[in-house]
Amino acid sequence: MNAPVSPELARFLLKQEVEEFLYREAELLDERRYEEWLALFTEDARYWMPMRRNVPAGEGGREFTREGTDVNWFDEGKATLGRRVGQLRTGVHWAEEPPSRICHMIANVQILSAQPAGPSPTEVGVKSRFLIYRNRVETETDVLVGKREDLLRRVDGRWQIARRKIILDQSVLLTKNLTFFF
Amino acid sequence: MLDGLVDVERGIVSREIFVSEELYRQELERVFARAWLFVGHESQVRQPGDFFVSSMGEESVIVCRDGAGRVRVFLNSCRHRGMKVCRYDEGHTVEFTCPYHGWSYGTDGALVGVPFAKDAYGPRLDRTRWGLVEVAQMTNYKGALWATWDPEAPAFLDYLGGYKLYLDLLLDAWDGREGGTEVIGGVHKWLIPCNWKFPAENFSGDRYHNVSHRSVDLVGIGPSGKGRRDMQERNQARWLDVSFPDLGHSMIVFLRPPDAPIAPAYQDAPDVAEYFRRCEEERQRRRGAQARLFGGPGTIFPNTSPLARQPRTLAVWHPRGPHQTEVWRWYLVDADAPAEVKDFLRQYYIRYSGPAGLTEQDDMENWNYAHGASRGTIARRYAYNYEMGLGRATARFEDHGLALPGVIADVTEANASEHNQRGFYGRWRQLMEAASWKELAAP
Ligand code: FES
Ligand SMILES: [Fe+2]
Repeated sequence: MNAPVSPELARFLLKQEVEEFLYREAELLDERRYEEWLALFTEDARYWMPMRRNVPAGEGGREFTREGTDVNWFDEGKATLGRRVGQLRTGVHWAEEPPSRICHMIANVQILSAQPAGPSPTEVGVKSRFLIYRNRVETETDVLVGKREDLLRRVDGRWQIARRKIILDQSVLLTKNLTFFF
Repeated sequence: MLDGLVDVERGIVSREIFVSEELYRQELERVFARAWLFVGHESQVRQPGDFFVSSMGEESVIVCRDGAGRVRVFLNSCRHRGMKVCRYDEGHTVEFTCPYHGWSYGTDGALVGVPFAKDAYGPRLDRTRWGLVEVAQMTNYKGALWATWDPEAPAFLDYLGGYKLYLDLLLDAWDGREGGTEVIGGVHKWLIPCNWKFPAENFSGDRYHNVSHRSVDLVGIGPSGKGRRDMQERNQARWLDVSFPDLGHSMIVFLRPPDAPIAPAYQDAPDVAEYFRRCEEERQRRRGAQARLFGGPGTIFPNTSPLARQPRTLAVWHPRGPHQTEVWRWYLVDADAPAEVKDFLRQYYIRYSGPAGLTEQDDMENWNYAHGASRGTIARRYAYNYEMGLGRATARFEDHGLALPGVIADVTEANASEHNQRGFYGRWRQLMEAASWKELAAP
């Protein structure tokens, strides 16, 4: 018979589970297993990456372009993410042919919310940091650093990404294109 | 100076003009310090005190609406020791205060505050001489804001010449009313590793590089769920490359047959499809035969590229050294379009254009490595070829009684030509060789 799990232990186990999920996701991307990666998203997923502006301290509300209203770097549903994966598979997507070498580093994982309360929540809000290294062709190299805010949902016992907000710590984008995923 | 480097009669352009540091310096003087440059849209500075920091050539400029409601463009550099007086991208203010020693300037550019003025300067400092440096001329054309540093430059509408008809395809409402466009919030800004002329000439009329975008055609991101765009309208049209060799501007345009039915578009979203169908009807009623004309990409000399149809954008290719360009892209919609139309277009635009746009991603790869592979000592000895379609353009184009301005190459059968690029480089050469606008204007 299992001993009852203390709330502290439950939180620890949940964090462990979520971290493993995020690392596995990064692994799928770096190994170019894009279809398996796409399958991690719920059907109604939103994936967006606002732009950032230089605004006075204290006017932080204007720093980010708005979801659903403004121009963003990305503003996707699962269907258009699927098109992006499809494009990578055409063999004639010259911006990724030959493919870049990409490494995702995920860190500072924090669980911000868990619903419903108790030992097995079905929805968690997670924040993490990323460092993405891209190297292509010969010496072309990009390093992108920022944060992600995810909403993960447990569907049939497995975690899925229902929402991802990507916050890049740049205002003028310092890389020529965004052919890869965050 | 440019003999042997730019020969548009023979369709030959040297790689030197893309990679030489020395030519780049001259270009900043002779092209960017004299031409009319796009700096922003009036919808970004609606109220007195609203500002937007833009760029002209390599210089940072402040576009702002002064207290009297007039839009002004200033060099973003303090007159005292040069500090940027504004390092915010946009916002609202009553004055710009320099963070270095505290000089402050009104939204009309006047020097209004100098710390310790009386004691430190005495009566000596004549504030009226030390306001922010203002551009020589500035114009608001249908909401698009343009400026030049050169007082001798021809008025903007003369600079635009017959190209006005084609720029209007971007700036007028879809239903044919004059003006009526606004910018969707947020300007894409990103750095690309190539000379600014690569994108400028590509947008001037490079239909030939369609092969680059085959991957997008295959996966289909168009507003009717297929291809890259809605193509039916173009497929029934004549394809024209329009250039103004004496001005340097150009655009790809399409000319529908006189009695063609309105081609279905935006079939993925019935509301949006219906909106465009109604606009098209209205446009035909208002514009008559001219409604047969619709636009594609183009370039207003030197570095502003309108894209008049889907995705409706305006790009500026800011030079950042010979080997680097900072792209700024504005997205436009009809100001009074219904919210669901604006939203559909916004999502379509950003999955097409910009650094994450499925189509534009590949352009950047081409320009990157074309530029890189042209820099070598050996590589730069070999000129680029611009012979395509030489001798096939006419200055008197007419179709079913509709005469169009510009020197026009009908490429409906040939699919592509480099007529527009030759016009661009011909004008570039003229500006680089002329000491003044007067000299340029002389026959
Ligand atoms: S540099 Fe601006 S006040 Fe001195
Ligand atoms: Fe292109």
